[in-house]
Amino acid sequence: MSQATLSHKRPLGLTILITGFIVVWVILAAFPFFWTVWGSFKVEPDFFSRESWWNAIFGVYTQRQNDGSAFTGSGYYGAWVTREFWRAVGNTAIVTVSVTVISLTLGTLGGYALARSGQRYAFWILILALVFRAMPHITLVSGYLLPFFQLNIWGVLPTSIIVLVAINQPFTLWMLHSFFLSIPKDLDESAMVDGCSRFEAFRRVIIPVMWPGVVTTGLFSFLLAYNDFAVTSMLLSADNQTMVPKISSFLGSVQEQGNVMFAVAAVVSATVPLFILVLFFQRQIVSGLTAGAVKG
Amino acid sequence: MPHKTFFAFILPSLIAMALFIALPIVSVVVQSFHVEHGRILVEVESCQPFGGCTKETRVDTAAMSELKAAQPMGQFNGFGTYLNRGHLAVNEIGAILANNNGFGDIVTRIYNLPFYKALSFTLVFCFVVTPLAMALGFAIALAVNTLPKVTKGPVIFFSLLPMIITPLIGSLILYWMIQPNGIIGATLRHVFNDPTLSLRQSPALTWFSLLFYGVWTNAPFSFVVFYAGLQTVPADTLESAMIDGASRWERIRYIVIPHLAPLATFVALVQLMDNFRVFEPIVGFSAEANATSLSWMIFNDLAGDAQLFGSAGATSVLTIIGVVILLTPVLIRTWREFNHKVV
Repeated sequence: MSQATLSHKRPLGLTILITGFIVVWVILAAFPFFWTVWGSFKVEPDFFSRESWWNAIFGVYTQRQNDGSAFTGSGYYGAWVTREFWRAVGNTAIVTVSVTVISLTLGTLGGYALARSGQRYAFWILILALVFRAMPHITLVSGYLLPFFQLNIWGVLPTSIIVLVAINQPFTLWMLHSFFLSIPKDLDESAMVDGCSRFEAFRRVIIPVMWPGVVTTGLFSFLLAYNDFAVTSMLLSADNQTMVPKISSFLGSVQEQGNVMFAVAAVVSATVPLFILVLFFQRQIVSGLTAGAVKG
Repeated sequence: MPHKTFFAFILPSLIAMALFIALPIVSVVVQSFHVEHGRILVEVESCQPFGGCTKETRVDTAAMSELKAAQPMGQFNGFGTYLNRGHLAVNEIGAILANNNGFGDIVTRIYNLPFYKALSFTLVFCFVVTPLAMALGFAIALAVNTLPKVTKGPVIFFSLLPMIITPLIGSLILYWMIQPNGIIGATLRHVFNDPTLSLRQSPALTWFSLLFYGVWTNAPFSFVVFYAGLQTVPADTLESAMIDGASRWERIRYIVIPHLAPLATFVALVQLMDNFRVFEPIVGFSAEANATSLSWMIFNDLAGDAQLFGSAGATSVLTIIGVVILLTPVLIRTWREFNHKVV
């Protein structure tokens, strides 16, 4: 759009309206996070105040319980140390990294084959993947539980990892398929004319140029594994829980003890990595979302 | 590419999908036709020196576990689970239709059956949140497109947050704020001057807050896609429309919206698929008393102490049928396009 000409002609009223709308939206989008981060350093009677939410800002009870300081780390201490949230963080790290690496490995091979095949069955595999992509995860979980009990592989991390990889495959295949379509065919075909086998051509010619697409797809694989609740809450035993099911287990047990602040602190801790992710990979996330839309 | 190479490349991925997506679907179907074993009761006579003998009925745990080991899925039940009160409730619906006090009565009584309650919330969530989120996303995209370059980056950054956030965590963050002792809940009480106001108590307010969460978390996706689409609107067309005297609104209506229509279909499809499995917000908002969804029903069957695999299986199969119905128009269209290309 020709920005300059359009913005010169925009009437003042419209500019104010647009600015106001954007301000309201940004507050709506960002304020809940800042409020929760701020509140996580307070005690429960402040953040969930029965009197006035100004208490959450000034920390009246926090000061009383804390020798005058308006901030406290007790929520974090309770969650990380007392309730061993660090263990869940470790599990999440293992699960997300493994899921990302494995699904990218399988996905690049499969996506490359789909992009170069041109056969009828390649189309059908993509359609099947689309149907699989639409399956609610919890319906699949209800199919896993009994077989996993029988095989005695329920509750451990590798099972969840492989399940998440599989659930992730349809999306990864679609994304990398459309990415590989954008890499010219001549590139690997000329390598094959020079005597490379298909796999050698893939390794020597395609792998060096595929990283932008792989990074973008990897971000979404990471997010899927990180954000999952349905699979990890049903398939992991209490000792092996990742962060999200752990937080939900806080709510069940901690609320009775009047210490919901553990959950608040854990929620903030789990949000920080996502915040950093968006900060560094904003461009890739935006381009990944649109790549699927424009080409798919 | 030769068939052999193709399958060598794609086989690992196909095996993963077959084992952990296709096979579980089969397993769900099989499970849904089975039901948990009935309890095996034994009569035990216990005699005490002075009290005489009493007969007592007890659950025979040994025989139960033996039977469970032999037939872990339970006994065959055919379509029994599908038709019972917890699912399609055929008998109950028949009774309601045969004997009722008008249309309103039919609707309320059917709504009180668990499956239909979950189905209605799921559908309302799907078909209210998707268009609203798309409209909001489109509005944000138009507005952000007019901003100077410096402010675009930070605005996009903050706009991405509601989408990128873990659904359970995002719903908890909002839930804590709208609780009566959170900032929004307390403010609402103050504004409406009603000290008993609570978003959790009435079903309507619970639905409203869940739908609000849905729009909040879905809008950024539409925004990002539409914003990228706006960058590809042909400048010549816009300019010629301006020369022809088209107003700002007419340019949006007759050039921008038609240009973005294919993108809108894509966004609608993805968001309908995602919203159909709405589940985490119900857990996060602890809303199960007033709003349940199909996914939540399955979760609830599986999470209890007595895991009801048959019941969860039947709900899952019904959910999958729902997904397929939702996808049918897309599949038919793709199929036609593909045939067009081949012929």
